[in-house]
Amino acid sequence: MSVTGDGTLTETTTATQAEVASPRLRLTDPKSEVAIAGPSAETIAARGTETEREVVFRAREVSVNYGEKRAIEHVSMDIHRNYATALIGPSGCGKSTFLRCMNRMNDSIVGFRLGGELLYHGHDLYDLRANRVEVRRRIGMVFQKPNPFPKSIYDNIAWAARNLGMRDNLDERVERALRGAALWEEVKDRLKSSALGLSGGQQQRLCIARAIAIEPDVLLLDEPASALDPIATASIEELIHELKLRYTIVIVTHNMQQAMRVADKTAFFSLDETRIGTLIEYDDTDKLFSRPTDGRTRDYITGQFG
Amino acid sequence: MSAITPDPAHSLTPSGNLVRRQLINRVFLAATVGAAGLAVLVLFILVYYVAKHGLGQLSFSFLFSQLPADAPNAPGGIGPALLGTVELVLIATVIALPVGVLLAIYLSEFAGPRANSLLRTLLDLMAGLPTIIAGIFVAGLIARRIGESAFAGGIALSIVEVPLIARASLESISRVPSTLREAADALGIARWRSIVGVVLPTASSGIVTATILAVARAAGETAPVLFTCDLFAQNFSVDPRHSIASVPLEIFNLMESGYPSAVDKAWGAALVLMIVILAMNISARVWLRRGERKRGL
Repeated sequence: MSVTGDGTLTETTTATQAEVASPRLRLTDPKSEVAIAGPSAETIAARGTETEREVVFRAREVSVNYGEKRAIEHVSMDIHRNYATALIGPSGCGKSTFLRCMNRMNDSIVGFRLGGELLYHGHDLYDLRANRVEVRRRIGMVFQKPNPFPKSIYDNIAWAARNLGMRDNLDERVERALRGAALWEEVKDRLKSSALGLSGGQQQRLCIARAIAIEPDVLLLDEPASALDPIATASIEELIHELKLRYTIVIVTHNMQQAMRVADKTAFFSLDETRIGTLIEYDDTDKLFSRPTDGRTRDYITGQFG
Repeated sequence: MSAITPDPAHSLTPSGNLVRRQLINRVFLAATVGAAGLAVLVLFILVYYVAKHGLGQLSFSFLFSQLPADAPNAPGGIGPALLGTVELVLIATVIALPVGVLLAIYLSEFAGPRANSLLRTLLDLMAGLPTIIAGIFVAGLIARRIGESAFAGGIALSIVEVPLIARASLESISRVPSTLREAADALGIARWRSIVGVVLPTASSGIVTATILAVARAAGETAPVLFTCDLFAQNFSVDPRHSIASVPLEIFNLMESGYPSAVDKAWGAALVLMIVILAMNISARVWLRRGERKRGL
């Protein structure tokens, strides 16, 4: 078995993975519904997509300290390309902390220190030579509260692109980004008006458009719908399904239904015995919510937490 | 009937020591209203008095013509002084605006807590510095070498302006939500770029307001230009290498001369200066409110 309950990948090569007929492994393909013990053509195909699915982030024993205080520890997980991966868990369990480690947004916090290893396409994100501006240019982020710039709708999207040297066909780029964020039809006639005049849900989609306009590789979403009403939330969720075709998505959410609706894989974070946040269980979303292996996950998803 | 545990049977009129407490309440209220009223009254009387004396002087020639040299009682106006004040303030602001804003950016975006508290204290000290000391400092250090001139006067006034611009800009920049900086960071924008592209435009109305208030303050300052920009310059002149007239010094000269007609002109000049400064203050505030509403601050 290659993927264990807490998400750690044991030292197995691709060859050994292919030999082991693991039900868990088969289940990692959401499309596969046939449960059989022996390797069939279907399971081999399903396994193939999993083992070949590129790992974007590889966390190994990641821990985070803020000064003396340890926020998270023992986080080991792989995040795969073109998947939407949800991080769920109670408040204070470190899921946002972990998310913000992935594009080094925690760097400016005084006393922040990361232990273990956090690789992005095999590159150590916290290597001394890794430039955080470059990291963030590739790994975009959308925040809990919509934070459009006090500029026009157009400039909100064009500003970063222009600064990164993407000056050609800027109008097209803006339109593409707005279409990508399912906002174009609503704003195409008022691109020059202030982004602050948009509704909360529109502002959040504008922030998504702004993030994808510079063509990042990964989108990190930090509770992107928590400040929105149900209709705006639904439109953001619908959008995530489309976005993951082009980007790798990692989403922190408080809302378990949301994780079930949008995520291919879900990681459950919680506090361990020493009240430090850690990864409890990481699995396919279907599996994690229907047959969790850890009692703490079960308690949380059935509402018996604490 | 006890004051500690109210008797439910007692009517809801004040009981116990409430009558006394209400009286104290009214006395304090009256004191605060009185103080506020006094301040407004003083300003009102001041404006009224200056207007009453100065209004008669206002005319086209008073604003745009010059006083004949060495004859303060002869007819003439404060044209050179108005022009000179504009130039002095312009020189001061060209120096003070970049210094003040850069200082504010350093304090809000880069400085650590220790540098921050040190520099903020120094700025407060600088703001509280008697302006005549700024004047004597520039007179000794600069005017002595390059001579009394508009340039030296502008430098002295810039010392007055820097702490005002820096402090108010700092406050405005600090009010730019950190979420906007985060948004820019998350787009892979280098820090300096996001300051220029997001932080400063968002804080711009506050910075403009700070600048207008500093300009208004500098325009009325007398002491900094006293030793740095010759008292008796009275001709139309814009050459910054030479002394030029300024409205505060013109008022000083006219009052000192003692001629009744000159004193009348001093009132007129005071009225002009007051109107200009009040107008600048009011427009600064309007600008701030409108700009901040537009930028969602």
